[in-house]
Amino acid sequence: MHLSINGQSREFPEPLTVLQLLVFLELIPERIVVELNREILTADRYAGISLQTGDKLELIEFVGGG
Amino acid sequence: MDNLIIAGRSFNSRLLVGTGKFASNQAMVAALENSGAEIVTVALRRVDIDNPADSLLSHIDRKRYLLLPNTSGARDAEEAVRLARMARAAGCEPWIKLEVTPDPYYLLPDPIETLKAAEILVKDGFVVLPYMPADPVLARHLEEAGVATLMPLGAPIGTNRGVRTRDLIAIIIEQATLPVVVDAGLGAPSHAAEAMEMGADAVLVNTALADTPDPAAMARAFCKGVEAGREAYLAGLGPQRQKAQASSPLTGFLRNN
Repeated sequence: MHLSINGQSREFPEPLTVLQLLVFLELIPERIVVELNREILTADRYAGISLQTGDKLELIEFVGGG
Repeated sequence: MDNLIIAGRSFNSRLLVGTGKFASNQAMVAALENSGAEIVTVALRRVDIDNPADSLLSHIDRKRYLLLPNTSGARDAEEAVRLARMARAAGCEPWIKLEVTPDPYYLLPDPIETLKAAEILVKDGFVVLPYMPADPVLARHLEEAGVATLMPLGAPIGTNRGVRTRDLIAIIIEQATLPVVVDAGLGAPSHAAEAMEMGADAVLVNTALADTPDPAAMARAFCKGVEAGREAYLAGLGPQRQKAQASSPLTGFLRNN
């Protein structure tokens, strides 16, 4: 399955939920904001959404800023 | 108590602190601690998926500090609104430091896009703290849009040049019905004190702490600068004059005339 993550193309095995993707990438799900095809997801939805080939994801985190 | 009230919420500290550019998370934590700040700003960025970093949030005590996400990096209203909604989805309270800075050289806030984004975000239930040019007319428009504070710049972000927009900030303070937070460009505790003496309700600093040899010590100095300036404002500064006015008696001393 082909996904676009933060503008980079990646291949992943199916099936894969948003939560499984975050775990696979070694990210802490509650500290990441996920935008799936321009829709912002709340963390309680990560486990219930199966990704499809061609999905575009933005994975966002907090960093230092003024 | 002389508290800072923003959107009905009360704060003891009038110093807001940013978390960017510190040499280490330990240096940042020590600076936050010494600053006395209760509101700290953070930014949102894409995760580097090949190289996930240590999460900033694991270093900030969310019970102690109100996290104020900013929309830095947004070049127009649409991007700013998108970032604000992401921050809220991450479980932050719906407080947002609105920044729209299309010009990468001076990072000056875009007044038109900032106002547009403020209108959308207020309607969407956000408490909006807009970083803005020191423009009293824009300040009125932002107040009408329903923002929670006015945050005029003292000088461009990260320049440490002080309250260069002093005369315009004075007009904003005179006319404002909202807290005025001088944000950006303050580089020394004396700059913070100057803004507070003028009647600003608070100041926000980041580079002035982070980009110094000892951020924790500088944070303590800024805390004192803000308190000194606030106390001087409340006490009321004496009038300025052109001519000298003696503080000591000059009459009746060794002369008869």
